[in-house]
Amino acid sequence: MGNEDAGSSEPSDGGEERPPPLPPRPSQTRANGRPQLQSKATTALSSMNIQTQSFPDGSRGSFSTPAETTTAASEGQSSTEAEQSLSSMGLSAAGNARPNDVDEAMSVMSYAPTTRPTGDLESLLVGDMGRKSPAWMLLRSQSSTVQPFEKARAESSGAFADFEHEFEDIPDEPGKPWNDEDRLQLWKSKLKHYMILSSAGKPIYSRHGDLGLINSSMGVVQTIISFYEGAKNRLLGFTAGDTRFVIATEGPLYLVAISSLGESDSQLRAQLDALYMQILSTLTLPTLTSIFANRPSSDLRRPLQGTESLLSSLADSFTKGSPSALLGALECLKLRKSQRHSINNAFLKARAENILYGLIVAGGKLVSVIRPRRHSLHPSDLQLIFNMLFESGGIKSGGGENWIPLCLPAFNNRGYLYMYVSFLDRQPTETGSDPTAAGEEIALILVSPDKESFFALQQMRDDVVTELKKKGLLNIIRTAAHKGRSPINEIAPGTYISHFLFKSKANVQFCMPSLQPAFASLVSRRRLMSLYANLHATVHARHSHLKILHCVNEDTTSLAWVTPIFEFYCVAGPNASRAVMTQGANKVIQWAKREEERLFILGGGVF
Amino acid sequence: MADSANAPKPSSSVKLVLLGEAAVGKSSLVLRFVNNDFQENKEPTIGAAFLTQKCNLPSRTIKFEIWDTAGQERFASLAPMYYRNAQAALVVYDLTKPTSLIKAKHWVAELQRQASPGIVIALVGNKLDLTNDSESGQGDAEGAEGEESGDARKVSTDEAKSYAEEENLLFFETSAKTGHNVSEVFTAIANAIPETSLKSTRGPGVSNAVGRGGDEQRVNLNGPREAAKEGCAC
Ligand SMILES: Nc1nc2c(ncn2[C@@H]2O[C@H](COP(=O)(O)OP(=O)(O)O)[C@@H](O)[C@H]2O)c(=O)[nH]1
Ligand SMILES: [Mg+2]
Repeated sequence: MGNEDAGSSEPSDGGEERPPPLPPRPSQTRANGRPQLQSKATTALSSMNIQTQSFPDGSRGSFSTPAETTTAASEGQSSTEAEQSLSSMGLSAAGNARPNDVDEAMSVMSYAPTTRPTGDLESLLVGDMGRKSPAWMLLRSQSSTVQPFEKARAESSGAFADFEHEFEDIPDEPGKPWNDEDRLQLWKSKLKHYMILSSAGKPIYSRHGDLGLINSSMGVVQTIISFYEGAKNRLLGFTAGDTRFVIATEGPLYLVAISSLGESDSQLRAQLDALYMQILSTLTLPTLTSIFANRPSSDLRRPLQGTESLLSSLADSFTKGSPSALLGALECLKLRKSQRHSINNAFLKARAENILYGLIVAGGKLVSVIRPRRHSLHPSDLQLIFNMLFESGGIKSGGGENWIPLCLPAFNNRGYLYMYVSFLDRQPTETGSDPTAAGEEIALILVSPDKESFFALQQMRDDVVTELKKKGLLNIIRTAAHKGRSPINEIAPGTYISHFLFKSKANVQFCMPSLQPAFASLVSRRRLMSLYANLHATVHARHSHLKILHCVNEDTTSLAWVTPIFEFYCVAGPNASRAVMTQGANKVIQWAKREEERLFILGGGVF
Repeated sequence: MADSANAPKPSSSVKLVLLGEAAVGKSSLVLRFVNNDFQENKEPTIGAAFLTQKCNLPSRTIKFEIWDTAGQERFASLAPMYYRNAQAALVVYDLTKPTSLIKAKHWVAELQRQASPGIVIALVGNKLDLTNDSESGQGDAEGAEGEESGDARKVSTDEAKSYAEEENLLFFETSAKTGHNVSEVFTAIANAIPETSLKSTRGPGVSNAVGRGGDEQRVNLNGPREAAKEGCAC
C-alpha cells in the first residue's frame, strides 16, 4: 500500500518530495539502548560517589554515581539479567526465565538504595534531622504517615500561592471595571508565560493577555533576543529574580517560556519544542519556511488561525504539570492482556485499505494501536493528537465525526495526513456535556494519507464498533476507563509512598496511581509535578551518571531511580525513612513487572 | 425520539455543506439544529465536522448529512472535497461583520462555478441577537435600553437580501444563540431540493450504505423553489 508515500501529500508549494527518516522503530530503540547496559546499572554493593545536590528551593538531595571501577562479581549476575530482559522486550523481564518470585524480588532489591556502603551516608541523606533528640526521632517515626506537602498545604503559601488563579482569563475588553494597568498587573501575576514571535518581531502567540495589551513587553523580549543575534552565542535563557526565561529559535520563529515555577531549562525547552511541533502540525515545515522566505514581516496569525486554542491547551497542560510531557511517554488504559489482544484483533479485522494508523483512546489513555509493521508512532505526535482531542474543546464539543488534515511532524514534517475522529458511545445527553464522563470519552482515531478516504474510514469505524460491541469489548473499555487509575494502596498495600511515576523505557509508556485524593487539586498536583520535574532534571542532567537519588526536604521525601529498563520516581511524606521509601519502591516495581502486559501496550496490532 | 408514522415515509439523504468565514457561527448553527444547544465560547472547528440530522417533512423524511467546515484559509483548497457532491450549501456571514459578507459572496461565486449545477444555496446572516431588530425584543423595539445595548448590525437586511435575490439564493437572518430562524433555514432547504435529485433510500438502516454517492448525474431542472411553510420536526 505504498507506505513510502504515506503523508507525502505536499502543501501547495511542492518542493522536493524526499520522505523524511521514519521515527525509530521500537526494535531500534532497544538496540540503541543496549550499549548503555554496562555494569553501571548496578551500583549496589560497590563503592559509590555520593554527592549532595542543592535544589533551587534550598533543599538538598544526595545521589550516588557508580565508581568507574565497579565491576564486582556480585553485579555480573544482575546485569546479565537486565540484558536478557531487554532482548525479550519488556521491562519486567529481569527474571523472566525464572518462575520464582522471591528470586526475582531479590534481584531487584540489589539495585536498591537500601544497601548502605558507608556509615556516614545516613547522616548525609537525612541531613540535620539526624541530629534531633531521641524523643523527636520517636515522634518522627510515629508520624511517617504525614502526607507530602502537608505543611505547604496548611500555609497555602510559597511559590504556588497564586497558582489557583493561573488559568483565569484576563478580561479582554478594556471595558468598565478594568483599565489597561489592571489588566497588565493581572498579566504579570501569571507564573507561567509562553510567547511566540517571528524573528522580525511580529507577535504570533501569547498564552495570557491579548497581543495588543502586551505588545510592548513582547517588544522588550524581541529586543533582548535580537541584541544577541549577531553574536556567536545565541541567547538561550536568562534569569530575572526567581523567573527563568528560556528562548528557543526555530527557523523564523522565537519561542519564549517564562516560568516562576522552578522548571529546568531543558524541561522548558521541551515544552517550547512541543508548541513548535503544534505549529508545524498546522502548517508543515515547507509552508512555514516559505511564508517567511517570501516576506520576513509576514503575520503568522492568519495562517495559524484556529491553532491558538490548541497551543493554549498544550501550554496549560505543561503548566498544570503533565507526567506524559515530563517523561516523554504515553499512558495506557489498564486492561487484561487477553482483552487487549481481542480489541487489537477486532480492530485489525475491520481495517480499511488505506489506513496508516489506528488508535483507540479512552480519556487520553491508549487502549489499542494498529500500525504497519514498518512504522511506529512517535510520542510527540501522539501528544499533539491527544491534546487536540482531549484537552482542547474544538473536537470533543462538536458532537459529530471529524476529518482533520494535520501534519505529524515526527512522522513527516513536510506533508499532511488525514485523521478521522469519532467519539464512540456518546451518551445523547440533552443537557450538553455530562461532567462525570469527562476523562472517560472513548475515541476512535484513524489516520490515512488519502484525503478522500473519509467515508471508507467511517465504514471502518462502524465495523470496529459492531465487532467490539458483539464481543462485549466496548463495555470492558468503558468500565476500565470509568474505573480510572488504581489508588496507591491497591498497588502497594501498606506503603507510605503517596504517589509515583513509572516509565517503561522500551515501551515509551508510563503508569501512575490515582491523583485522588491527595493530589487532585490544581495546586497540590502542581506541587507534585514540580517535585517530579526536579527529580527528573537532576537524574537527567548532562554528565550525570546518577542512578538513584534520594531527596529529603521540609515537605517531602522522594526517590528517583533510573535503570536501562525503567525510570521510577516516587514521593512520600517528610518523615518517611529511606528504608520505607525503598520498600515502597520495590513493591511498586514488582507490581509493574507483574502487571506489565496489562499496563503497557507491547507493540500493538501490526499489519 | 418521536416515532415516525405507521406507514414509513420515503426517506432521502441530502448532502449539505456549510461555508463562510471563521467565527461567523457555522458550527453554532449546526449545534442548534442538531442538538438544540448553544455554547457561548465555542472553540474553533478543526478540520471539518460531519454530522447528520433528520428533518421530517409532511411528505417525506430528509436526512441531512452535514459538512461543517472550519473556514480557515489554509484549507481553502480542501473545500471542493466538501461541496463537490453537495445538494445544498449554507453560506454564512456575521451580521456584525461586513467583511464576512464579502467572503460569503466569494463562496457563492465559487459554488456557482464549481459545485453541482443544481445545488441549493442559502445565504444566512447570523448573530441576529446582537442587533436591535432581533426577535427576542419583540415588544420593546424602541425600548429604553436601545441606546445602551447598541445595535451591532453592520450589514443591512436590504443589502444582503437584494444580493440573494439577484443570485437566486434562499435568504435568512438567524441567531444560533436564541435559535431564531435556525430550523426554518434547514426546512426551507429541504423543501427546495428538487425532487429529481432526491434519491430515495426508503426506510432507515440502508441510508449508510451509499458511501461515496453522487457519482450519478443529477438532473437539474428547477432552481430553488419557494420554501413552503412546513415545520421541521427535528
Ligand atoms: N451572539 C451570538 N454569538 C454567536 C452566534 N453564533 C455563534 N456565536 C458565537 O460566535 C463564535 C464563533 O462561533 P462558531 O460557531 O464557532 O463559528 P464558526 O467558526 O463559523 O463555526 C462563538 O463564540 C459563538 O458562541 C449567535 O447567533 N449570536
Ligand atoms: Mg466552526
